[in-house]
Amino acid sequence: MAITFDEMNGSGGDLRPAYRELSRWLKETPPDALEYRRQEAELLFRRIGITFAVYGDAEAQERLIPFDVIPRIMSAKEWSILEKGLKQRVRALNMFLRDIYHGRDILRASIIPDDLIFQNPVFRPEMNGHDVPHDVYVHIAGIDIVRVNPEDFYVLEDNARTPSGVSYMLENREIMMRLFPDLFARHRVAPVERYPDELLSALRSVAPLGASAEPTVALMTPGVYNSAYYEHSFLADKLGIELVEGRDLIVRNDEVFMRTTEGLKRVDVVYRRVDDDFLDPLTFRPDSALGVPGLMSAYAAGNITLANAVGTGIADDKAVYSYMPDIVKFYLGDEPILKNVPTFRCREPKDLSYVLDNLSDLVVKEVHGSGGYGMLIGPAATKATIEAFRDKLKREPEGFIAQPTLALSTCPTCTSSGLAPRHVDLRPFVLTGRDQATVVPGGLTRVALQEGSLVVNSSQGGGTKDTWILDE
Amino acid sequence: MLSRTAENLYWLARYVERAEYLARTIDATLRVTALPAAYIGKTNEWDSALLTAGVSASFYQVYREANEQNVVEYLSFAPDNPSSIRNCIENARLNSRSVRTALTSEMWDTINSAWIELQEVWGKGASTREELAKFLRFVQETSLRFDGSAYRTMLRNDAYWFSRLGLHLERADNTARILDVKYHVLLPEEEHVGGPLDYYQWTSILRSVSALTAYHWVYRETLKPWLIADLLILNDSLPRSLASCYSNLVRNLDQIGVAYGRQGASQRHARGVRNRLAHSHMDNIFQHGVHEFIQEFIADNSRLGEIITRQYLI
Repeated sequence: MAITFDEMNGSGGDLRPAYRELSRWLKETPPDALEYRRQEAELLFRRIGITFAVYGDAEAQERLIPFDVIPRIMSAKEWSILEKGLKQRVRALNMFLRDIYHGRDILRASIIPDDLIFQNPVFRPEMNGHDVPHDVYVHIAGIDIVRVNPEDFYVLEDNARTPSGVSYMLENREIMMRLFPDLFARHRVAPVERYPDELLSALRSVAPLGASAEPTVALMTPGVYNSAYYEHSFLADKLGIELVEGRDLIVRNDEVFMRTTEGLKRVDVVYRRVDDDFLDPLTFRPDSALGVPGLMSAYAAGNITLANAVGTGIADDKAVYSYMPDIVKFYLGDEPILKNVPTFRCREPKDLSYVLDNLSDLVVKEVHGSGGYGMLIGPAATKATIEAFRDKLKREPEGFIAQPTLALSTCPTCTSSGLAPRHVDLRPFVLTGRDQATVVPGGLTRVALQEGSLVVNSSQGGGTKDTWILDE
Repeated sequence: MLSRTAENLYWLARYVERAEYLARTIDATLRVTALPAAYIGKTNEWDSALLTAGVSASFYQVYREANEQNVVEYLSFAPDNPSSIRNCIENARLNSRSVRTALTSEMWDTINSAWIELQEVWGKGASTREELAKFLRFVQETSLRFDGSAYRTMLRNDAYWFSRLGLHLERADNTARILDVKYHVLLPEEEHVGGPLDYYQWTSILRSVSALTAYHWVYRETLKPWLIADLLILNDSLPRSLASCYSNLVRNLDQIGVAYGRQGASQRHARGVRNRLAHSHMDNIFQHGVHEFIQEFIADNSRLGEIITRQYLI
């Protein structure tokens, strides 16, 4: 593996310009002052109730995601490349979805094998021929970005279903501004606080064509026991819209209403944070108590907009991911600005045999997995784990992809033995409305707190940092 | 607003009010039972604490004897008592999480901090009298803070009114329950007034509804049972009296009615109860039987809860 690229010190130990002021500040600040601030931050998070539930962990039903007080900083120049790349990618994702559920040009051009789409459990035949307002399928995308050198951004994963984490982008900033006003005064950090406004106007812009000029938007949550519940209530509050559960909604004559203290009230747009499977027990899982019977028929009738649309899972499937560079080129005719991590498709015999021979060097992921569950990190895994994975791979090769282990960049982080480099990634959020796509300058930086670890997922003990984009 | 939101706000306020009431009941009972036996007679005060909390039946499924240790544990900390103080705070927080968007940050902070303290400081209960006293103070202060922050920070709209409905309905129920359990010591027939036994019972009743000082201000008299009954039932100026709770319920329901441009069964029912209280005199109540009067009130009050639920909350 090459020398790890550090966001602050580069590869050769030369301080990168965006970090100049931070570095100076760190030298002036005694270490115990940092520790004191860290504890203060934790107290704030707990009091505000910014918690995250970890499934299968009865002990800590509500856990805090560790917050690291050292910001991750990017220059305006770096950001402008990233922003262009993100918009390009999400535009392609939306065009791809429109095509897959309509004309299927990309399949006829043999860019993607048919069975990868039609045999895919996240492909939704209900969406065939269904038009969504302004052809926007993915209104909110969270694109996971990593870098291994100063020049290149790699997309690690597209999240086109119900990406979460944006509340941390906003709350981390609030807390940093409260704890380190002096450090802020020494930088020109682009603000992130307009995200809720941008989100609301994007959601309103895609209301069904028949809706009133002031469409009613609601945020649908699976409920208080969902791992991201805090974020759902936080966003509903910031957007000034109702936070509804399935039982608050009712469908009459293919129209969707909320039950209010003044009777039924019509809803036009649902920002749903509920997976496709649980949306409507009449169409999808009949055992789902979270959904709204009849919601899909209202959707088919064009009386409600769901954001994101149903069936977007086909665009963030990890096997489809491997075709993303071709997808971008096919629809836009341009070279992709953001790179893809080289990906072995285990469904293809040649790739499979390579993967099986090199398991201890590769990262193997479930095609439909997320949150870092069910993943093999070859270099860090025990022999027994590798062998167990080998069996799984042989049994169901189409369920997996494999990638080389990337030397993710690192960023200085507070640890028990002082500041030390830890691996980070970045999830910016791309909003797409009727007229435009927007990316609020920033995102959620996740950090693997264990020395050498590459797993940044919060469900696996990762932490977060505030992400600063410097205004020139 | 969403019916579920209104429902959560309503129950949130009820749970907080109930927690405070339980804390006061335990506090008052501790004071009475600390007196020499000659002053308190043969009644088991811990038994009546269970009765006023309405959990006597479920208590005896778990315990054989009502004594300080068992009852304090059951009313304060027992996870299997659905209306223990611990569960009231747990439920209040669960309701708060469900309606965070309708709460002000001050209200959320109060409930969330109380919940954190409950786990971190009171996870194992209270092992000494001092600790218990501290715990009871913590519960009462939580309720005061919650009530105060609601009063000072909430917009005056339906969210506020539904939360007030829960508060006053629960409060009326609590005051009525004390009266129901203790009415016999308030009967004027037993006019051997001033017996130490009754005297301490009376102070205990007044304490559990935080009205001991108020009594003296209102009547400028030594404790007289019929005046205590008058204060708790009919005196509109005492915040925990039945009359005051109903003045508030009627007002809040009217505000909702005006805002929604529509009145209904709950407005009519609440007004009926309020008018009955307004036109009653203690003489008549005693003549017709305090006990019957109170029981009828408890039934009326819980009917109002059902009507509100049907009209607004589901």
